[in-house]
Amino acid sequence: MNALNSLMDGFGTALTPLNLLWAAVGVLLGTAIGVLPGIGPAMAVALLLPVTYGLDPVGAFIMFAGIYYGAMFGGSTTSILLNTPGESAAVVAAMEGNPMAKSGRGAQALAAAAVGHFAGGMVGTILLVALAPTVADLAVDIGAPDYFAIMVLAFIAVTSVLGSSRIRGMASLLIGLTIGLVGLDQMTGQQRLTFGSLQLADGIDVVIVAVGLFAIGEALWVAAHLRRRPAEPIPVGRPWLGRGDLKRTWKSWARGPFIGFPFGAIPAGGAEIPTFLSYVTEKRLSKHKDEWGKGAIEGVAGPESAASASAAGTLVSMLTLGLPTTAVAAVMLAAFQQYGIQPGPLLFEREPELVWGLIASLFVGMVLLLALNLPLAPVWAKLLRIPRPYLYAGILFFAAVGAYAVGGEVIDLVILLIIGLIGFGMRRYGLPVLPAVIGVILGPAAEQQLRRALQISDGSVTGLVDTPFSVIVYAVVVLLLAWPLVRRALPRKGART
Amino acid sequence: MTTPTTDTTAAPAPARRSWLRDHSELGVCVLLLALGVLVLTDALTMDVDIAQRGPVGPKTVPVVVGAGLLVVAALLAVDVLRGGRGQAESGEDVDLSEPADWRTVLLLTGVFLGAAVLIEPLGFPVAGALLFWGAAYALGSRSFHRDPLIAAVLSLVTYAVFNNLLGVPLPGGPLMGVL
Repeated sequence: MNALNSLMDGFGTALTPLNLLWAAVGVLLGTAIGVLPGIGPAMAVALLLPVTYGLDPVGAFIMFAGIYYGAMFGGSTTSILLNTPGESAAVVAAMEGNPMAKSGRGAQALAAAAVGHFAGGMVGTILLVALAPTVADLAVDIGAPDYFAIMVLAFIAVTSVLGSSRIRGMASLLIGLTIGLVGLDQMTGQQRLTFGSLQLADGIDVVIVAVGLFAIGEALWVAAHLRRRPAEPIPVGRPWLGRGDLKRTWKSWARGPFIGFPFGAIPAGGAEIPTFLSYVTEKRLSKHKDEWGKGAIEGVAGPESAASASAAGTLVSMLTLGLPTTAVAAVMLAAFQQYGIQPGPLLFEREPELVWGLIASLFVGMVLLLALNLPLAPVWAKLLRIPRPYLYAGILFFAAVGAYAVGGEVIDLVILLIIGLIGFGMRRYGLPVLPAVIGVILGPAAEQQLRRALQISDGSVTGLVDTPFSVIVYAVVVLLLAWPLVRRALPRKGART
Repeated sequence: MTTPTTDTTAAPAPARRSWLRDHSELGVCVLLLALGVLVLTDALTMDVDIAQRGPVGPKTVPVVVGAGLLVVAALLAVDVLRGGRGQAESGEDVDLSEPADWRTVLLLTGVFLGAAVLIEPLGFPVAGALLFWGAAYALGSRSFHRDPLIAAVLSLVTYAVFNNLLGVPLPGGPLMGVL
């Protein structure tokens, strides 16, 4: 029961008054920003990165955890009350939640979502406590070829599982890898794509890339297509659930985490697939099939619980392998790099205070979220009425603050704008943003592992596949790549017989 | 490599323009192609010194990425010419039924660049306030009493919180020198 002891130590860290304050600030900021239309969790975390620059790493990550969960919760409030979800994971919340709000059951929908988040987050975090140390122990022995294989898997998964077009995902990934190349080569100090500029020799800071793609790109894209009349949020009272609703939802809350958690841990796009799977499962199991599409409360409870648990699953691979499976995890990984901390199997040995403090603060954050969100929901709903010019001007403003705070250089603001314009173009032509961010963050690490592996094998390519683990991972990669071909072949076979 | 414009030179001008508008995504291919050429040129002109450790030098990955960009540019061009279209991203405040409002985007870009230039001479509080006001104006806010006030308060509060509370230094500029 080593993990339990460590967790207790973690609570010792998380429950100090100052860290408790950071957790509360993170939860409040995260919810407020997540509720604001147009801002998803990834942008929220990216925009709030500079807030933590002056903090010690433990406090910073405790705050981040609060922002992450808070932003996810806030996002579902937006979908339920506005019915125009900004990100794919919140689409499902709108499918049943918005009809509920329209028929005057918005309070129940919000409550089902809030408790769903709490339940999913709790179960997910308990699974994280149980699994993460084991995964870290197993991963301690894996070497450079295995890491490289995992990163290749992440690249392939992020381009082929997500989005509608693989080729556009690939283009986005390559743009990210190119940005990651800029600067001095980590192993030889060779200048690459710096064009003799001293500023570029340091490379382009990941924070600037993330803020540029997520915040500036989004703000410009929305500015080009701003709705003349923003959608009206549905007014809502204090969330509560009657006995009948509780009877219908508790099973959905309990099922959600077991769908969400595994999907969060693998590079398959975070909450998008599990929320949908949970929705389908709940629909199949529901006793009130006639209500589906018109506001079935199970359709809010299950998916929200799955989404929250998938966030915990994401943290497993992020903390133990340094592998970001969602945009938020990618930005958090960038934050770790800011502090010179490399997440991976050794993190649990080297930074036990940080890791367990972070995990314990997830529990604390969830309790705070539930305690704050149920009574404060009407206040959050008011945020939806913010005038859009102020909202998007504010995003640009804070993006500028964040980029400037990285190094106090004006050139960073110019680079930020250029990357923002790239992000704008990517949104216009349907290139997904996530592969680019993953490329920037994992690209340099993948190159290092590749070269280390080949150094060990003395240049022989077989050095990349000489462990059973890497072979298995490459088999999965091949499977992912071949899947569309297989799928195309299947119905043909069926037609022949 | 596909060159998107050459095969349409024979078409009459209006038809050609609408063809180009329908296939504006080919511009993405051109950009990817240019990026690929840039990366490859940079990689191949790199004079790798003796510092190289291990069999794989600093050139290898850029060459792979550059070549990848060329291949993707070509594949994307094929996809576009076959009628494939990237789906523009939707969102809470996005209305895709209207044509893109380029004036706002250009104005915002200008305001942002202006603020970047002004941040060192004028300090963050002034440049930040101008950025917020300018951006709000570009986005259609026309309240000449409220907008500057909100901008000034937001900028000053942000400056105070970051500089004094969070320990993230921002330039105060002459205004903070006076206060």
